[in-house]
Amino acid sequence: MSVQSLENTAKRCRRSIVDMIHKAGAGHPGGSLSAIDLLVALYGTQMKVDPSNPESPTRDRFIMSKGHASPAVYAILKELGFLEQSDLDGFRSLGSVCQGHVDMKWTDGVDFSAGSLGMGLSFGIGTAFAAKMDGLDYQTWVMLGDGETQEGQVWEAFMAASYHNLENLHVIIDRNRIQNDDFVNVQMEIGDIAAKVESFGWNVKEIDGHDMSHIVEALQWSIGTAGPCAIIAHTIKGKGVSFMEDNPSFHGKAPTDDELQKAMEELA
Amino acid sequence: MSAPSSSGASRDGYGAALLNLANDPRVVVIEVDLGKSTKSCLFREQYPERTISLGIAEQNMVIVAAGLASCGKIPFASTFAIFTERAFEQVRNGLVRPGLTAHICGSHGGIHTGTDGSSAQSIEDLALYRTIPGMTVMHPSDDISATKLTEQLLSHKHPSYTRTARNKTPRIYNENSVKSLEIGKGYVLTDGDDMAIIAIGVMVHKALEAAENLRQDGINATVIDMHTIKPLDTQLLDALSSKVSGIVTVEDHSVIGGLGSAVSEYLSESNPTKVIKIGVQDRFGESGESEELLDLVGLNVQSIESAARSLLKF
Repeated sequence: MSVQSLENTAKRCRRSIVDMIHKAGAGHPGGSLSAIDLLVALYGTQMKVDPSNPESPTRDRFIMSKGHASPAVYAILKELGFLEQSDLDGFRSLGSVCQGHVDMKWTDGVDFSAGSLGMGLSFGIGTAFAAKMDGLDYQTWVMLGDGETQEGQVWEAFMAASYHNLENLHVIIDRNRIQNDDFVNVQMEIGDIAAKVESFGWNVKEIDGHDMSHIVEALQWSIGTAGPCAIIAHTIKGKGVSFMEDNPSFHGKAPTDDELQKAMEELA
Repeated sequence: MSAPSSSGASRDGYGAALLNLANDPRVVVIEVDLGKSTKSCLFREQYPERTISLGIAEQNMVIVAAGLASCGKIPFASTFAIFTERAFEQVRNGLVRPGLTAHICGSHGGIHTGTDGSSAQSIEDLALYRTIPGMTVMHPSDDISATKLTEQLLSHKHPSYTRTARNKTPRIYNENSVKSLEIGKGYVLTDGDDMAIIAIGVMVHKALEAAENLRQDGINATVIDMHTIKPLDTQLLDALSSKVSGIVTVEDHSVIGGLGSAVSEYLSESNPTKVIKIGVQDRFGESGESEELLDLVGLNVQSIESAARSLLKF
């Protein structure tokens, strides 16, 4: 998929994200909009998945560890044909396949049940180990939030993955600098996250998480590099909607009717 | 049933079962530094390529198991019972909630663990895991039954928690009697109409001893090994409650939330029956030898006997 085409897809996804959160009256726009360029590039250039065979044992795995960014996942799964518009319209409503936080039990194409932070990389270690034991070459991609790295389990997992040299495991950290209550450096600064991950034995690359060609290149670097790789993607929370950008209050708040209209104009 | 001929620790039975299951390539063992204690080391020695060591990291252990399970593996992960509790939320949210099947074993359960002291004596593990929807919770009474029940997990469709004990206790089962043992079905060790004593784990042999003392006084107690606490064998409880005057439950576990609670919860709605709960009465243990500690908190033959006799008044 060309960079232009990826960018167009990302814009459509942004509209889906804002729309579904508005319809639900709840959800997490900030971290969905910061992550969406990364997801579109990942699914557009790397992920081998098939909506007609979502449980295929040889499929690539994507584990959204920051499970509140579920709208971003649902938006790309709709683009791929795993979900319908009507599914997205039911986001967060009773019985909907689009649960508040991503859930493998409810949604085809979702590989992990998140919502409690800090667990996704551990799960990815499990799927990466299984691939190696079975001699299969599928890849496991895990997305973490930057605030999420405050969870201790993340570091248990970083340490274990490099020790076991899981070269089929790839991490993308959405470094959008904002967590639930405030900016990360106000809540508890995580510092030079690249240096920290590198010191745990990982290959690390830092990129602009909204530059589509940089993202595509970094994903390919991760696939082509021996040993586990982590991409630190510097992003802007709420990217694409001016009043949500870099604004902690849109971590977990739905837009009003007026805000929806303004957002859609900007994303037209 | 004949008197137990020798003794065994249920953790040894767990280790033996893992080896017996190794022919199935889906079986994967996960260790977090305590494989020598939980006895998964027996599997590691022979099948290192299917054993994953994760260092001292229980939270990671549970979710790595979940990831493996999502790819069709049947993971068996173990550490001390008390340290599994550290990963309770991982078990709840990352393993059982998504409908994945992996099996957690917590060894060194209960105050019977002994001189390590209260930090190592899990007395609330059974209560914790019993609250998770769809989770099977077991506590075998000896090595022979631990092997049998663990082997049955291979085809079990639900995630499970099995507590094993560190120390040897007199064997309850032999090669023949263990054949009819089944997950979810309480095992009737002696049959009597006066009262029932329902026990688990290291307390089962004490329940048998108490029943023998009662028998010598002409009092006939049914003794049950309720090795599976969830799902609870309610059919057996229905049959019991319709014939005995009361029930004594016996567990090396807090009386809050464990076997006694499970039995009481069920019977209070189905057929209200007097239940006396012998267990750890809302307190922590301390360092000491197993038998000293059991005596300290009233987990002994004498207290079982006296509770059973008190039921004769009903």
